[in-house]
Amino acid sequence: MHEEQHDKHEQHHEPQSFFFKYIWSQDHKVIAIQYGGTAVFVGLVGLLLSNLMRLQIGFPGYFDFINAERYYQFVTMHGMIMVVYLLTALFLGGFGNYLIPLMVGARDMVFPYLNMLSFWVYLLSVIVLMASFFVPGGPTGAGWTLYPPQAILPGTPGHDWGIILMLVSLVTFIVAATMGGLNYVSTVLQARCRGMTLLRMPLTVWGIFTATILALLAFPALFVSGLMMLLDKTIGTSFFMPALVSLGQVSDYKGGTPLLFQHLFWFFGHPEVYIVALPAFGIVSDLISVHARKCIFGYRTMVWAILAIAVLSFIVWAHHMFVSGMNPYFGFFFATSTLIIAVPTAIKVYNWLLTLWRGDIHLSVPMLFALAFISTFIVGGLTGLFLGNVSVDIPLSGSYFVVAHFHMVMGVAPLLVVFGAIYHWYPKITGRMLDDRLGHLHFWVTFIGTYLIYFPMHYLGLLGMPRRYYDYKPYDSFPESAHQLNVFITVVAIIVGVVQLVYVWNLIWSAFKGRKAEPNPWRAASLEWQTPDTPPRHGNWGPALPVVHRWAYAYSVPGAKQDFIAQNAPLSEGGVEDDEGRAHGAKGARA
Amino acid sequence: MLIAITLAVIVLASLLFHYINPWHPPALASNWKQMDDTLTITFVITGIFFVILNLFLVYVIWRFRRRGSKATETVAYQPVNHKLERWLTVITTVGIVALLAPGLKVYADYVTPPKDALEVEVLGSQWQWRYRFPGADGQLGATDARFVTASNPFGLDPDDAKGQDDALVDASELHLPLNQPVKILLRAHDVLHDFYVPPFRARMNMVPGLVTTFWFTPTQAGRFEAMCAQLCGVGHAAMRGMVVVEEAPAFQAWLAGKPSFAAASKPAPVAAANGGSDPLAMGLAVAKAKACVACHSVDGSSGVGPSWKGLYGKTEAFADGSKEKIDDTVLAREIREPAAKVVQGFAPIMPKSELSEAEVTALVAYIRSLEPVKN
Repeated sequence: MHEEQHDKHEQHHEPQSFFFKYIWSQDHKVIAIQYGGTAVFVGLVGLLLSNLMRLQIGFPGYFDFINAERYYQFVTMHGMIMVVYLLTALFLGGFGNYLIPLMVGARDMVFPYLNMLSFWVYLLSVIVLMASFFVPGGPTGAGWTLYPPQAILPGTPGHDWGIILMLVSLVTFIVAATMGGLNYVSTVLQARCRGMTLLRMPLTVWGIFTATILALLAFPALFVSGLMMLLDKTIGTSFFMPALVSLGQVSDYKGGTPLLFQHLFWFFGHPEVYIVALPAFGIVSDLISVHARKCIFGYRTMVWAILAIAVLSFIVWAHHMFVSGMNPYFGFFFATSTLIIAVPTAIKVYNWLLTLWRGDIHLSVPMLFALAFISTFIVGGLTGLFLGNVSVDIPLSGSYFVVAHFHMVMGVAPLLVVFGAIYHWYPKITGRMLDDRLGHLHFWVTFIGTYLIYFPMHYLGLLGMPRRYYDYKPYDSFPESAHQLNVFITVVAIIVGVVQLVYVWNLIWSAFKGRKAEPNPWRAASLEWQTPDTPPRHGNWGPALPVVHRWAYAYSVPGAKQDFIAQNAPLSEGGVEDDEGRAHGAKGARA
Repeated sequence: MLIAITLAVIVLASLLFHYINPWHPPALASNWKQMDDTLTITFVITGIFFVILNLFLVYVIWRFRRRGSKATETVAYQPVNHKLERWLTVITTVGIVALLAPGLKVYADYVTPPKDALEVEVLGSQWQWRYRFPGADGQLGATDARFVTASNPFGLDPDDAKGQDDALVDASELHLPLNQPVKILLRAHDVLHDFYVPPFRARMNMVPGLVTTFWFTPTQAGRFEAMCAQLCGVGHAAMRGMVVVEEAPAFQAWLAGKPSFAAASKPAPVAAANGGSDPLAMGLAVAKAKACVACHSVDGSSGVGPSWKGLYGKTEAFADGSKEKIDDTVLAREIREPAAKVVQGFAPIMPKSELSEAEVTALVAYIRSLEPVKN
C-alpha cells in the first residue's frame, strides 16, 4: 500500500547530524517547536510593548523616554505582533504543525521541505519586523490597522522606513503562512491513517484545518493591499491616496481612496479573528473533553458550527467600518450578518458547558485554563453583540469599549487556550511535566489579572474615552476617577506581564528538570497520545501506521474496562460512534 | 473548588460593578435617546446570558468536580441531544432578533437626515478643526485639495460663486443652535479623522477625498468637548475642539461675526478683533486660533512640539547639529519657516500658517512672556 512505501522511505531517511535533526529540520515536530519558540519570543516583545504603553496611560509624562511618537510605535507594534506574529503563527505554525500529523495518524506533513521553508520564511519576516526598531525614524506608529493615508505621510512615526519594513514583513509572513497552510490542508485531506474519517478527527484538527483554509483565502487580501501601499509609498501610485494636503504641502497623489484599503484590510482582518479563534475553539473542546472524562457534546454540531462560522466570517468584515464613511446602507447588511454569526458561536459555548455537565471534572492546570477561557469568551462574545449592532456601535466605536472587547475575545481568550494547550501537550512534546505549582501561580494571576484589566475598561469606553490617545490631559470630559482606573489597570497589567516570565521560566526549567511524564498522563483517547515513543521520534509511529476504529471522544463509555478507549485500540473494545454521532457501548461495537 | 468560587464572585462583582461604578455614558445632549435605549436593551439581554451561562458553569464545576480518587458519580455518556440543541438555537435566535430589530430601526433613522437640517461643514486637518456654514444662498461652495494654501485653509474654489458667501470659522470652536437638526458634512485635508462628541452619540469618520455625513439635533445648551477618534498621527490626542450649543439668537450673532470667504480672502489679521492693542493678549489669541497650543504646551509638559514654557532664552540643539539661543529672530523664523530648522528630538511636521507681521510679533511676545520652568 501507498502508506507502507511511505513508511520505509521515511525510516531510512531519519537525519543523524544535530544540524539536520534540530535546525534545518523537516520533522514537523521540530518545525512546530521552532515556530512556537519564535512566536513566544516575539510575544514577549509584544508584552513588553504593551506594558510600556500602559506606563504612559497610567502615568502620563512620568517617563521621559515615552514621547508621543514612541507611544504610537508601541501601540502599533504591540497590536501587529500579537495578532499576526504571535497568535496566527503559534496556532497554525506551532500547534498545527505539531498536532495535525500526530492527531490524524500521519508520519509527517505531506510536503516536509515546504514545511521547513515555511518556518525559515516566517523567521525572516520576524527579523524584518524587528529590524524596524533599529532604522531611522523607528517602526511605524500608524496603528496596527496601518490605515492610509496617514501610514505613509509625515506626521506619523516611522512613515518612511518603518512602514516599508512593516509591509515587507507582512508580505513575507503571508508567503510563509501560505506554504505552511497548503501543507496543513493537504495533510488533513490526504495523509490520514486508515479509519480516520474526517468526522473522526479531533475538534482541534477541525479548528486548525478550517482556520488554515480561512488563512489561505483571507491573507491574499492583505497581501495585495500591502503591495499596493508599498507602491503608493515608494513609487507614488495612488491606490489608497486621494488628492490631499499634508502638513501644508499639496501632494502629487490623486484619485485613490483610503476606504479601498479598509475594505481589503478587514476582508482579511475579520477572518483573521477566526483564524485565531477557531483553533482555540477546537483545542479547548478537546481539553474540556479529556479533563472532564466525557465525550464532547454534539460533536457533529460542533463541526458544523466551525464551518458555519468560517463561511460567515467572510461576509461580516465591514462591521469594523460602521463609522468609516462607507455607504451607510452597508450597515444594515453587515449588522445582520454579524449578529447571525453569534448563533453558531453561542452553540459552541452551550456544548462546552453541556460537555462538562455530568462529567468527572479534573481541575488540572489545563482544565483551569479551559474553564477560564469559557468565562472570558462569554464576556468577549457578548460585548461583540454591542459592537456588531450598528446603532449601538456608533457611540462606542474607536473607544476603550472596543479595546476591552477585542482583548477579551481574541487576546485573552485564545491566549488562555494557548496556555492550557501547552500545559496539556508539553508532556508529549518534551517527555516531562510542567511544574504544577508554578502553573497554578501563572493561571490565577493571569486569569484574575486579565479580568481586572479588561472588565472595567469597557466602562471607560462608555464614558467616551477614545483609544490610541497619548495623553488625556487636555480634556475635561473625563473625571479624575477615570485616570485612577487607568493607574489601576497599568499596575495590574505589569503584574500580569511579570507573571508571564514565571511561565517562560517554567517552560525552560521543566524541559530539563521537570518530572518525567508518562506517555499518556491525561489518559486521553486521541491518537497523538498513542505514539510508541514519548516524545515521538521522527516518523512518529515506528514501523506501522496506526489504524483507527472510533472517534476521539470515547470517554467513560458504559461497560468499558477503563474510562477512555484510545482511537486505535482494537475494535473489540467498543466505543464506536454511529452515523448519528451516538456511540454504542462496549458490547454494541461495530465497524 | 476555588475556580467555582472565583467564577461566582466574578459574576456577582461584575453585576455590582455595573451598577455602582462611576463611569457612565456622558449625559445625552442630542435627539439620539433611541441609541441609549438600544444600549440598555443590549445590556439587559447580554446581561441575562452572561449571568445564566456563568452561573451554570459555576454549578457544573461545583457539582461534578472530582473529589478524592473517584468520580463523584457515574459520568454520563451523552454524545448528542438534538432536541436540546434545537431549543438552545431557538432561544439564542430570539435573543439575537430582539437585539437586532430595534438596532436596525434606529439605524434607519440615523441614515435619513431631516429635510430641514442645517448644513455645517467640519473640516479636519492635522491637528485642528475648522468649520464652514453656507451663506445666504444656502449652499456650500466647491472645494478641492489643490486650492489649499495658508490663506485659503478650507481649499475653497475661488471661482465658485456659491462659495463666496460661505461663513468660515478658522478656529476650533463651533457654535450650534439649540433644537435645530444639523447635518454635519465632514471633510479632511490630509488623513482620516473623526469628529467625536460623546454626549451627542452621533459621529462619523472624515476621509480625505470624500464628504461624509451624519446628523443630530442638539437638545441641551452648553459647551461640549470634541475629540478626534480616528488615529491621525503623532498629534492625535491634542486635537481638541469645542461645540457650543446655544439659543438661536446667540448663535446667529456668533455666526454674523464670522467672515465670508470673499472677505477672508483679503488678508486681515485674524486676531486683531480678539486681542486689540495688547500684544500678549493678541499673541495668546493667535496661539489659540491657529491651534499652536495643540502641540506646544504652555506649562512645560511634553507634547508634539517643544513646550513654550521656558523656551525663550534657552539654547536648543537642532536636528542639523547646530545650536542656537532662542530669541525673537529665531522664534519668528521658526514660525514663518517651520521646516527650515527643527529642534532635535521632534518630527519635522509643523505646518506653515499665514500670519501678519503684527501677529508674528504678538506671538513671539507671548512666548517670551512664558517664564522658565522653576526646578
